[in-house]
Amino acid sequence: MRSKQGWRADVYVALKPSVNDPQGLAVRDGLHRLGYDEVARVRVGRYIQVWLEAPDEATAATRVREMCERLLANPVIEEYRFQLARD
Amino acid sequence: MRFGVITFPGSNGDHDALMAVEMGLGQPVELVWHTETDLSRFDCLIIPGGFSYGDYLRAGAIARFAPVMESVRAFAEAGGPILGICNGFQILTEAGLLPGALLRNASLSFECAWVFVRVENDRTPWTQTLAPGTLLRLPIAHGEGRYYADTATLAQLEREGRVVFRYVDADGRVAPEANPNGSLNNIAGVCNECGNVVGLMPHPERAYDRLVGGDDGLRVLSAVLRVGVEVASAPRGIGNGYGDR
Repeated sequence: MRSKQGWRADVYVALKPSVNDPQGLAVRDGLHRLGYDEVARVRVGRYIQVWLEAPDEATAATRVREMCERLLANPVIEEYRFQLARD
Repeated sequence: MRFGVITFPGSNGDHDALMAVEMGLGQPVELVWHTETDLSRFDCLIIPGGFSYGDYLRAGAIARFAPVMESVRAFAEAGGPILGICNGFQILTEAGLLPGALLRNASLSFECAWVFVRVENDRTPWTQTLAPGTLLRLPIAHGEGRYYADTATLAQLEREGRVVFRYVDADGRVAPEANPNGSLNNIAGVCNECGNVVGLMPHPERAYDRLVGGDDGLRVLSAVLRVGVEVASAPRGIGNGYGDR
């Protein structure tokens, strides 16, 4: 039996591109006022860290994907991505 | 008709609902703590407004895991009338009992105001005494009330007449100026497929007496009384006319 390994998932959640993001628009306007005219778009999201144990990376990814679908993101309005690292 | 009002940590509209049912309707009503699981003594439920669990992660996202929510789901599936108000609406969408989601207001401001809504659907227990087109003046108080559903869902809701309330101006017209939060199609409230579960952002329970600024909310809360006897006497699951529509 393989021993469990420690993993850290860095999860990024953001509104789907089709969903209006007024926070992003407000931040973009703020950056423009500070003189950063080169800024074209800003989207504001959420960053979540999850520490978990799993026998291998594939299992950890499956579990984290499930967590995203069921709680960390709301699939109606949000999309997510994550990276896994040994921790 | 016995009302149950669910209280989560962070609910703040629960006592308003209690007062409205007690003083406005003169009906028996109890607060139900979120750890309770037996809802069999109630004829209808109100999921009140507030900031359940601090709105952590997303408004309503954590509340849906409260022990009471499994019983709320069963109550809904049995056709029992449920009204989700403000945060209660958000909780019901997060729990999948109502379609769509509530997003940060387009203005980014917490909107606190009296608004007009138009009744669009009288085939729910909470609107059955209100003819479509009826105007109600109700207060709103929310930061995340912008109703969103994807294009297909939105089209389906409109086609099936499941938009229950829409923000309108004082003349009853759907106008962008009358939309306080950027909701798609000026949607203020929707219902589930059977019509027994209704969610809305405005607060009918805060408009139960002219002394508090208006009493139009009572018309929503009292509509459910008409199904009262039938629901109370029918065993759960047999249906009250809403579950089998």
